[in-house]
Amino acid sequence: MTQHSRDMSRRRLLFGGAAVGAGVLLAGCTSNEQAPTEAQTKAADGNANAEPGKQVTIGFSAPAADHGWIAAITNNAKAQAAAYSDVEFKIVEAGADAAAQRAALATLISQTPDVIVLLPHDGKELNSFGLEAMAAGIPVVNLDRAFPDAKAYRLQIKGDNYGMGVSAATFIAEQLKAKGVSNPVIAEIAGMDELELTQERTQGFNDTLAQHGLKVKNRRAARFTADSGQQEASQLLQAEPKIDAIWNHDDDQGIGVLAAISQASRNEFFMVGGAGSKKAMEDILADNTVLKATVTYSPSMASSAISLARLIGQGRGMSDLVELQVPKEIVLASETITKENASDYLKLGF
Amino acid sequence: MTDSPPTTKLPAQSPPVDPAETEAAGHAAPAAVAGPTGGLSWWHGDGGEGAKRNLALIGVLLALFVIGAATRWDLYSNPDWVWANMLSILKLASVVGVVTVGMTFVIIGGGIDLSVGAIVALAGVWCTTVATQSFGAGGMIFTAIIVGVAVGLVNGTLIAYGRLVPFIATLAMLVAARGLAAEISQKQTQISQNSTINGIASTDLLGIPLLVYILAAVVAAGWVLLNRTTFGRRTVAVGGNPEAARLAGINVRLHTLLLYALSGLCCGIAAIMLTAQATSAQAAMANLYELDAIAAVIIGGTLLSGGRGTIIGSLLGVIIFATITNLFAINGLSTEAQNMVKGGIIVAAVLIQQVQFGTLSQFFRRNRLTTS
Repeated sequence: MTQHSRDMSRRRLLFGGAAVGAGVLLAGCTSNEQAPTEAQTKAADGNANAEPGKQVTIGFSAPAADHGWIAAITNNAKAQAAAYSDVEFKIVEAGADAAAQRAALATLISQTPDVIVLLPHDGKELNSFGLEAMAAGIPVVNLDRAFPDAKAYRLQIKGDNYGMGVSAATFIAEQLKAKGVSNPVIAEIAGMDELELTQERTQGFNDTLAQHGLKVKNRRAARFTADSGQQEASQLLQAEPKIDAIWNHDDDQGIGVLAAISQASRNEFFMVGGAGSKKAMEDILADNTVLKATVTYSPSMASSAISLARLIGQGRGMSDLVELQVPKEIVLASETITKENASDYLKLGF
Repeated sequence: MTDSPPTTKLPAQSPPVDPAETEAAGHAAPAAVAGPTGGLSWWHGDGGEGAKRNLALIGVLLALFVIGAATRWDLYSNPDWVWANMLSILKLASVVGVVTVGMTFVIIGGGIDLSVGAIVALAGVWCTTVATQSFGAGGMIFTAIIVGVAVGLVNGTLIAYGRLVPFIATLAMLVAARGLAAEISQKQTQISQNSTINGIASTDLLGIPLLVYILAAVVAAGWVLLNRTTFGRRTVAVGGNPEAARLAGINVRLHTLLLYALSGLCCGIAAIMLTAQATSAQAAMANLYELDAIAAVIIGGTLLSGGRGTIIGSLLGVIIFATITNLFAINGLSTEAQNMVKGGIIVAAVLIQQVQFGTLSQFFRRNRLTTS
């Protein structure tokens, strides 16, 4: 009996020790010391707008989505605010959905910031918040997800989803023309299909291809994640034994799409990405994958939104423009990044 | 056979359980207890009606193949393409397939694990951190598996010893594990720089992808564990009637704990496979795998209330879903339509099985009785 219990305790000690050891080792493994992505900021120097003005408090809120792009939005906003000596930056967590964000924003209003910059979970659902804040005399800067009501915002700054499709289609059409491919097979790997932005991108892509007398042969929708990109791409490649061009809406899911392409040993086509991640730009520069271009939807808009919110708070206009106040709407152009200009854009990659 | 209750209760067939053996249920001697039908064939050994159910599922697969051939004859007329396409379907099924083997055990044991997708994501993210990648492929595999098992043990402890309802405990884990994964990854997509890991998804042995071998190995191990070991027989007993199992001397709590750890282990393996495929990991990966796995288990003929089920059926369920995805892709049809068809297939599969093995057989028997 004593023999038995000694065995037991020895076994427990061994298992316990192993468990603790593994635990310590694993906890150490959560460390993620990558060089932080350099934020896309504009140094506060060299122009009339940069001169310190009156102290401004800017409230900020963006969803905590699991995506590199949203992470870059928050990073950029923080970094740009820190670049100004006359800006106090107050950030509130947006929570998991529109309702949580509305609750968080209510606490922000009670602190009466001079300007609020927000990337809403859903522009339609947070429209009433915009109206409320504007009525309370706090200018609202809407980042990327538009409010339907024009009275709900002072400034709207957003990317151009339709334009992404236009840029991608234009690049593909030019390349195919240059190669002299007749009757090309064009494929599309979209992002989350239930989102309006995906529909706009596809619309722009289809409209522009149609102008060139081209159309999409096969379209799959992934979910903005690398694993879903890999799965959809692997099936797409199976469906089309010969492809001439692919547009993939999102560079994050593009990691998986490129993996599927190399796993299938396919290289008879070229691919255009979307959004403009750092990895995609590096791949384009290295020119050793099928990825030859990407069309931007840059999170640098968050930095610009903070700069403009500061000017709004100080009652100043943009120094290069004649108007004494900041304009009401700014839409970023979707630029096409190729091997030729990728090194210029690398600092805007996220 | 059909009119006896499908659930095989352990006490009737199994030898008396030695308490000391219960202590080490996880290491139960293989083949200590053969299935109720002895060892007649691997097919029938999977439980009485399993064979017929599985034949029905193979019928569905053949039907899908015929539909594919009819709609894209230009591709199906090429045997090389058909072979490559079958491998691509199996590769597509491999990750969810491994998760489903663990899920089958949990569901047969009377539980449910909603956290499998989140565990895959957490294990994937944890094994691709910069610190873990510095240990090389071995360190990454070790980390993914330990994280999977550890999360499974937490689930199991909460359910078996904390008396939480499995639905609630694993739902909480679903939320928490994704949260932790997002925290570790800082919401970034973590790229795997390890060529050995990435090679898992691109290596072929004898013309068959390594991922398919891994799936086959996990399915084979799961089948042996379920049908040829006391652990498997106890799983059926615990799921069929926990009180009877307890009275028969089975340590029901410990067994429940081990089932969730087993599910976690499968998730850890799946995380490596998925990370290799996508050459990266992120907190949002393996989206809704829990539903894919549960759906496959259900159409595979496993009782959601526990006590009966087959590994082969679950595997066929996963392959059917992968085939549908493939079929929609090669016909260039939309994902929405695909999801509606998947929903329809789940309902149809369960209805067909009920009609075929319940109502219909009773109906025939009744008819025969009245006419003779």
